[in-house]
Amino acid sequence: MVEHGDIRVVHRGGSKINFREPVITNDSSFLLCASGECVKVFSTSTEECIHDLRGHTDLVTGVLLKPSNHLQVYSCSADGTVRLWDFTDGILIKTYVIGYPIYSIYASPDHEGIIFIVTPMLSDKRSELFQLVAVHLPQSGDQLVEARELSAVLSDVSSNPAAITIGRGGEYFASAKGLQLEVYFFRKQKSYRFSLKEGNKKGGRNTFTCVACHPKDDCIATGHEDGKIRLWRNFNHKKEYTYTTLHWHHSAVSSLRFTPEGTNLLSGGVESVLVQWRYNQESQRDFLPRLGAAITHITISPDGALFCTSHSDNKITIIQSCVKVSAVIQGLVKGESVRTDLMVDPRSKAMVLNGKPGHLQFYSLQRDKLLYNLDIVQQEYIHESGLQQFEVVKAAFDASGNWLATVEERKQKAAELELNLKLWEFDEQTQSFVLNTTISAPHEAQITAMCFCHAADSQTTMLVSTSKDGHFKAWQLATPARTEDEGPSWSCDFVGAYHGLVPKCCCFSADGSLLAVSFQEVVTVWSPSSWELLTTLSQPPGAIRDLCFGRLSCSKYLLGTTASNLLCCWNLLTCSLEWSTSMDTSLLLADPFSENMAAFCCQAGCTDLFVFKPSEPRPLFSHKAVCSGKVTRAVFAPREDMLESCEESSQWLNCSQLYFLTQYMDLMTFITKAEEDRLMASSKQLVIDDSVAMTPFYLLLGKHRQQQQENQDTLSTLSAERTPLPQGSVAIKELLQTPAHVLPSTSFLCSMFVQSLLISVTDSREESKHAEEEMESEKEEEDSEGEMESSTSRPREASLAGHATETAALALTKAQARELRRVKKLDHSWLSGLLDS
Amino acid sequence: MGEFKVHRVRFFDYMPSAIRAMAFNRQSERLAVARADGAVEIFNFSDNYFQEKVIPGQDSRAVEALCWVDQRLFSGGLNGEITEYDLENLKPRYTVAAYGGPIWTISSNNQGTMLALGCEDGTVKMFEVLAEKVQFQRNFDRQKGRIISLSWHPSGTLIAAGMMDMIRVFDAETGHATHRLLVERGVGASKSREVVVWSVAFLSDHTIISGDSAGKVQIWDGVTGTLLRTHLVTKWDVLALSVSQDQSSLVAGTSEGTVIQFQLISSTVGQQDKEWVRTRTFKNHSHDVRALAHTETAVVSGGMDTQLVVRPLLDKVEKNTQESSLRKIVFPHRSLVCCAKKAGLLLFQFPEHLELWRLGESEGHGKPGDSLTVKTKPEKLIQLKRKGEDHICCSALSPCGGWMAYSTVSSVRLYRLQYNNNNIGITKVSRLPKDLCSVHQLCFSSDSSKLFASSSHSSVIVVALNQQECTYLHTLKPKSSSRQPVHLLFASEDGKWLATANTDCEIHIYNLDKLKLHCTVPVYSSYPTAIAIHPLTSNLVVVHADQQIFEYSLEKKEYTEWSRKLQKLGLHSLWLERDTPVTHITFNSRNPAHIILHDMFMFCIIDQSLPLPEAKTLLYNQMTLRSVPEPERIRHSHAFKICKNFQHLLCVRLLEDHSLVVVERPLLDIMSQLPAPVRQKKFAT
Repeated sequence: MVEHGDIRVVHRGGSKINFREPVITNDSSFLLCASGECVKVFSTSTEECIHDLRGHTDLVTGVLLKPSNHLQVYSCSADGTVRLWDFTDGILIKTYVIGYPIYSIYASPDHEGIIFIVTPMLSDKRSELFQLVAVHLPQSGDQLVEARELSAVLSDVSSNPAAITIGRGGEYFASAKGLQLEVYFFRKQKSYRFSLKEGNKKGGRNTFTCVACHPKDDCIATGHEDGKIRLWRNFNHKKEYTYTTLHWHHSAVSSLRFTPEGTNLLSGGVESVLVQWRYNQESQRDFLPRLGAAITHITISPDGALFCTSHSDNKITIIQSCVKVSAVIQGLVKGESVRTDLMVDPRSKAMVLNGKPGHLQFYSLQRDKLLYNLDIVQQEYIHESGLQQFEVVKAAFDASGNWLATVEERKQKAAELELNLKLWEFDEQTQSFVLNTTISAPHEAQITAMCFCHAADSQTTMLVSTSKDGHFKAWQLATPARTEDEGPSWSCDFVGAYHGLVPKCCCFSADGSLLAVSFQEVVTVWSPSSWELLTTLSQPPGAIRDLCFGRLSCSKYLLGTTASNLLCCWNLLTCSLEWSTSMDTSLLLADPFSENMAAFCCQAGCTDLFVFKPSEPRPLFSHKAVCSGKVTRAVFAPREDMLESCEESSQWLNCSQLYFLTQYMDLMTFITKAEEDRLMASSKQLVIDDSVAMTPFYLLLGKHRQQQQENQDTLSTLSAERTPLPQGSVAIKELLQTPAHVLPSTSFLCSMFVQSLLISVTDSREESKHAEEEMESEKEEEDSEGEMESSTSRPREASLAGHATETAALALTKAQARELRRVKKLDHSWLSGLLDS
Repeated sequence: MGEFKVHRVRFFDYMPSAIRAMAFNRQSERLAVARADGAVEIFNFSDNYFQEKVIPGQDSRAVEALCWVDQRLFSGGLNGEITEYDLENLKPRYTVAAYGGPIWTISSNNQGTMLALGCEDGTVKMFEVLAEKVQFQRNFDRQKGRIISLSWHPSGTLIAAGMMDMIRVFDAETGHATHRLLVERGVGASKSREVVVWSVAFLSDHTIISGDSAGKVQIWDGVTGTLLRTHLVTKWDVLALSVSQDQSSLVAGTSEGTVIQFQLISSTVGQQDKEWVRTRTFKNHSHDVRALAHTETAVVSGGMDTQLVVRPLLDKVEKNTQESSLRKIVFPHRSLVCCAKKAGLLLFQFPEHLELWRLGESEGHGKPGDSLTVKTKPEKLIQLKRKGEDHICCSALSPCGGWMAYSTVSSVRLYRLQYNNNNIGITKVSRLPKDLCSVHQLCFSSDSSKLFASSSHSSVIVVALNQQECTYLHTLKPKSSSRQPVHLLFASEDGKWLATANTDCEIHIYNLDKLKLHCTVPVYSSYPTAIAIHPLTSNLVVVHADQQIFEYSLEKKEYTEWSRKLQKLGLHSLWLERDTPVTHITFNSRNPAHIILHDMFMFCIIDQSLPLPEAKTLLYNQMTLRSVPEPERIRHSHAFKICKNFQHLLCVRLLEDHSLVVVERPLLDIMSQLPAPVRQKKFAT
């Protein structure tokens, strides 16, 4: 086994920002949200991530402003700690060790020094039962504090943070689970439980989904599975409680919030519409529709000016006064699954995968930012669960990034399949992909694989698609038959089949001279130029799952994985099996920038990674238990700047980085120790100005401003120093300092002196030209003149330059000096002439 | 259970009338309901919501408002008259013209001394309630526009009147208006239309609550005359309001068929300042909710869709009891169908007319569950329009089909029917005995030789019928001094007994041979809803409104063994939870142990020879019995054999030829005859 001590699997980019409700700071300028293992601080005005609060070692499960200090924030994590941060400077202030995984955190200004957390039942860690626990935070100066003073408040609560809330003035807790609402009064130490019926005949489901408490009145709002909102009152009575039902949402209400004054109630759900209800005038509602995706959380800034909604497509929308979307913070869009492969756009080096429904997203891994969404389906998406709508299922780029092929499908019933193959051309002018050709129903059944011919020098671009209908088709860009047609479009060039078997995957060799298509157990190798079946390879039993040609020095190899847990390597020169090994490979991937290949193997619920060269028997790198579950999507992304690691185990990471998606749609990557250190160092360099959010634009603008300021300074000094010219002028000094016996005649000096007093009007272009000429002449002179000559002139130049910077008088004095130098040269020649004579 | 040939009759086009007004008497727990045809019904809420009295309507009388004063019931109508009802004889006692045009509303003060009337001409008229009559006292200041709604302040010094576009507060002493509260009109197209304040409520803390045609429920401060809060509850009209007795809850009925509850709740726990908050919404009606009553434990609503809905407030009742279930009262709790057993004729009673039908005939036999082909179709023989203004209150058809009688409040008519092949002759019996003028119930003896008619003071008039004439025989009088009307009459098959039941829950048995009172059945607290005498054993079977069943031996004058056993064991809880009363009992002459009875949703054959169901056994077990093999069935079967194949039953009778007549009136048919409801936007339509 290869040593891999310094390579680690990390979440790098693309983590969820909609996992938990974000927090808006008191001055509404920052938005804090849990994102993977860190808390991200965003600027609400520029959408930019200002810094990450790093320190937790597991998923961050809650962020909460400290009620007694609005400049500090608590974060809780499944690693069993609560951390207190100064979010403006990004400093960790304190770590409270609780010792149990924490699922959510609550606090109230009326409970000083206490936070409430939801942990699994202490008795039994494996059970699905959760309890709400009050934690007394010890007052201690230490950085790391153990908080062991726990007292249970409510048992059997939901782990969903939206299902628990603190009521008016911290007097009670409202917790909903299943069909029951429980209200616990601190003062009376008594709890009231209210149950609802399972559902009515019409199929309404009464399960609670979320809870919110009115800040001033005793009113609890609850959201329900069937889209109803109930406003509970009189809940300090066992029997005489009452509720009002509001119904607008057609499916589950996922979030509810009262505004800080309690005048409005906000609700959101799958409909992706933010609904604002007037409190006590519930028939009056305002809507903010078309927010893009289902609302998962709603947050309101403490002053009530900003709303912010988290969405299921990993997006946070910031809304000003319920009417205007002012900013959108978009993370990597993640659905339940990715249907397309992970790809890298050769042009922008962005990772490309399914984004919003019907879109492809271009995600910059370096900047951890969504670049844009490309609308593939170009149809309205209906926000309702259970509808069959068009989905992008396959996509492929050609080597240069000029062409993008996408496949979208909709399956309404088992029999009816709607397929579209679309080809997109990159438009240099608009810098985006433009639809070139739409082929409806390119195949009769689902397309299983699609790839472009990757040969860089080939004249024609070719796309091969394989389908469950037993055919593979080659598509070619054809020039139009008639001149009036607009431009080249794509058409089918060849339809291939092999014994009626169903093709599974296809692959072009690096030079584009070979095409391998797998038909169940058989790999067929074709020549794309003549469409001749060259050879067949097979290693039964077990259908081929993945095919990959080797690259660079290993391009004679073709690798394949089979369903019978074999990884085979065929030598194409001998058409024989070079080697094979038994492993359950879920994904085989070739690095496009080296000969390396990566194989993800699923073993006992975990995935192992092997990186190897087809020509070498020993793997370059292996990592056991990369993550739990199966890895089916991964990609090698090129690095912006190469690493110079010479260690054998990490060499494969030098020019590309391997990203993969886990079962739970987490984007992970491998990082070396050195890189990690570098990243940490760079993140510490950032010094943030409190008043202005630090953005690249700001940095750029700031630099520009500085320059401008400097320029202005110099200008002003120039104009200021013009008046006291004669004494301070270099020319005069020069004149005075030169020994009298070497001075030229007074008439000559006089003209020069007068000239030095004149303001030069030559523009900069002329000047530079002049300077060039002078340089040349100077060179010539230097060449012609003796060594002593140059040695005398150089220190003078240096001193001159030094002098110039001292006085900060630049252009004019330089010109003068040059003039003077010429004079001196003249003078020297004259002197030498004298000497000669 | 036995196999029967069933006549499934669906040609009875019974159409209940829309509910117009409602008044709840909290002392006696009786609800008076006025229907669009002028009929007034009294429901007893303390006895399973049984419809104990029906006062038939009149063509000219359209009741717009009802009002209880102690135990007296007054109504005002669009004919401009005040009517007081005689609840003992089930007819209007007197009418007094108010001379103010149509009366929109009528309201009495808490003390029960005064009646205030809101009239079309814009006056509020005050009537003094005297012992035997009401007397006009004064007019308040006349206003422009009609007075739609009135509400007394509980102290009796102030009256709030809802009008067009405004509410006025009058001083009850001086009759001058003290406040004028302007009600905002609706927005949009309805801006130009006057807003109608359909209902007002004046609370003891001087809060005035109004419901208007712009869909608002508004809360006003009655002292200063300022608007406190507006709840927009519907796009259409708020038609009715009702306040609970403790004035902490309010319900509003709308044109959309919803009833919306408001509650007086303190916004923060433990504080005193309370405000009206909209809480629950009940949707049990498809059409306008015209009338509402807020009882202690429930909201009673009725409207255009003719059904009376009792919606319990779950915070006021114990959960999972009989009180906590929703009730809908659609059909009257008495039989509107008469069946001539021997002739196979059906008589349907409508308020306006009678219909006589001959049942169809089928041929052949089929398996259980088959539907047989009809050989001769059912045929409407006679449609008899009533004479006069008054609506028909009861009717009867003799078992042989030769006699037909109906009665209105003022008169009784008897007809002789003759059948010659396909021709039917109907002749009115012209000279009736003078005593036979105002009756509540009619019944023929089984041999069609006598007609029994219940009259005032629980007496029964016996009339002998000959070929052409009828003669007065006797008046049967009970020993008790009950003044209540008899609502059930049953003459035994052998002609020996006559059983009567009155609304005082008394059941009297008369010996017809001796024309004397035979005995009085021990009085049970609940109303008898159906009585019958067994033809062979002469046992009286009584079913009460609380679903209890008694069997009383007339010969021994005591409860039978079976009845005692039933009482000791108790009835099955599912049987007791049924919410419609049993309206008829018959016996199967082939199997004397069988008692056949029915309510709206099922008919049941009680087999007295089988063991009674235990509390844990399945009551509705006919389907499961069918799946059990033959020998096991006996072990599982119990006395109650319930058939739910037929629903919305108006009548189940057993004919002489042992075929069963089942008269159904599907609720969907009733719904389809209602006018279109107000348009409502439905999601995803």
